[in-house]
Amino acid sequence: MSSLVVLPIILPVIGAGLSILLGRSRRVQRTIAVTALTVNAGLAIALLVEVDRNGPVAVQAGGWPAPVGVTFVADRLSAIMLVVAALMLLAVLVYAIGQPGAERNHVGFQSVYLVLAAGVSAAFLTGDLFNLFVAIEMMLTASYVLITLGGRLDQVRSGMTYVVISLLASVLFVALLAFVYASTGTMNLADLSTRIAELPDGLRSALAVLMLVVFGIKAAIFPLFFWLPDAYPTAPSPVTAIFAGLLTKVGVYAIIRTQTLLFPESTRPTTLLLVLAGATMLVGVLGAIAQGDVKRILSFQIVSHIGYMIMGLGLFTLGGLAAAVLYTIHHIVAKTGLFLTGGLIEHAGGSSRLSRLGGMVRTAPALAVLFLVPALSLVGIPPFSGFIAKFALVDAASQSSAYGVMAVALVVSLLTLYSLMKIWISVFWSPATEPLASPPDQPSHGEPLGGPLLMVVPTALLAAATVAIGLAAGPLYDLSLRAAADLLDPSAYLAAVAG
Amino acid sequence: MAFTAAVLFGVGTYLLLQRKLSRLIIGLGLIGHGANVVFVTTTRRGTPPLIGSGDPSDFADPLPQSLVLTAIVISFGTTALLLALAYRSWLLTDDDEVQDDVEDDMIARRGAPDDDLADAGDPSDPEDDDDETARVDEGEARR
Repeated sequence: MSSLVVLPIILPVIGAGLSILLGRSRRVQRTIAVTALTVNAGLAIALLVEVDRNGPVAVQAGGWPAPVGVTFVADRLSAIMLVVAALMLLAVLVYAIGQPGAERNHVGFQSVYLVLAAGVSAAFLTGDLFNLFVAIEMMLTASYVLITLGGRLDQVRSGMTYVVISLLASVLFVALLAFVYASTGTMNLADLSTRIAELPDGLRSALAVLMLVVFGIKAAIFPLFFWLPDAYPTAPSPVTAIFAGLLTKVGVYAIIRTQTLLFPESTRPTTLLLVLAGATMLVGVLGAIAQGDVKRILSFQIVSHIGYMIMGLGLFTLGGLAAAVLYTIHHIVAKTGLFLTGGLIEHAGGSSRLSRLGGMVRTAPALAVLFLVPALSLVGIPPFSGFIAKFALVDAASQSSAYGVMAVALVVSLLTLYSLMKIWISVFWSPATEPLASPPDQPSHGEPLGGPLLMVVPTALLAAATVAIGLAAGPLYDLSLRAAADLLDPSAYLAAVAG
Repeated sequence: MAFTAAVLFGVGTYLLLQRKLSRLIIGLGLIGHGANVVFVTTTRRGTPPLIGSGDPSDFADPLPQSLVLTAIVISFGTTALLLALAYRSWLLTDDDEVQDDVEDDMIARRGAPDDDLADAGDPSDPEDDDDETARVDEGEARR
């Protein structure tokens, strides 16, 4: 059983190595990548079943016991995130293979993508603060390469901002590690949770705030989100989709994990997190309304929706945390689906600017449906996944009498609807207001689905998944509740690590 | 050592605020080293931690050193990538300045008199509250 915990990290790395060695043949590279990620998804599901049945599993790498050695732990939260991440990685890879264009044919694409997959898995599974740093660096370094793979001017420009901001966050992270180690003498998360409780209040708050800043940059919460809407839209659509789905969520996961596990109950920054959550939602959605480009609108909405997850965490109640977990699952699926559809729109319409697109409900009716389903889900209209997640969140907020943030959440939902309908109306209904600079890649009448099959199928599956999440809400919410209970009472986690 | 770290952080921050990409990269490197120095100084110092070479209670704490080594290797890799990016940017623009933000550009145009806007040709949406959001964005980017 214990090998299940490390395989999701090792497998993609081996795949990445193989695909560099066999770089001459695209077909072999693709086979390796798809196989590795399929097996990975299977392993993740097996791990989730196992962890849900028997409680957290921990592995001590190299056989060194807990506080000294490197620990990998899987509890319900990390297993859930791992499953969703593995499925998204697979769907987006298939989409990337199907997308015509030079970038995905780049010799490094598959291997870098696999390294990204390994980094994401490692970040979810690690039980050690320093290893979290290594995992995040691994993931980010892969993302630097993916975001600038085309080497175009706009990619280099926004990639530069992205890399510099991320590196600065990494430096802060190293400083944070130094302070944590100096004050506690350990890096193991489980060990830290007992040691940090013994620290003086001021020091503990300083560490908590520094952690919030470091992971807040990665997660793009309110004052630290500015890099995201600038960096994401320039990358090729599959890359943007996977970034939107996973990278910020790793930050959210790290915030949830550290704030619940490391700091004792009495000192949790509830008010601060709720204020940040409200501001993140509001600023993100106002930014989205202001934009005139499909990908930029969607990017600003990522920021807005990170706010919902932080809101669930900020409540620090069972219902709040469960809602945050459920919302994260829903958001990863819906957002990745939307970005993939955005890529299809760009493919079929030749641009992603709203003013240059129009009337696509006639030329690509399938795309209209593919866009509408995740869009409505994101807004939170029943029976899609967003409705369940938002309902759980608002319910939890009203139980904690956090009416202010609840009102913001509801208003932001409406504004989200407005910004998504702006895309819908100008892309699908109204005629284009500006002539196209260049004709579309391919005439869309040759493709009844609005794009190549390999691009449409993963997108359709993700759209179907948001409906499925909505329909299977009961079991999923129960699972999230169990994950949240684990977070609030980490004794099983601590016991698993102590061995 | 604390002074060294402070100087590294200070100089690094100053360089980070420059417009030249090359200075920015050096600044990032310096700040990174500042963090590493902090890490090494905050822990116990002593004799080299080799088993059998003396009393273990005199040993320096080996863990932060190995962690810092990892951090140095990572920052080496990312700096190399950053230099490659800067070189690419120089090849594409003949210049190693940080380029203007797209958002900033759009706002600069929005503030311009109407007759200037006509030849700028970038469609922008006339919303009132978005100006404010975007300005926050701009402020953040400068910081």
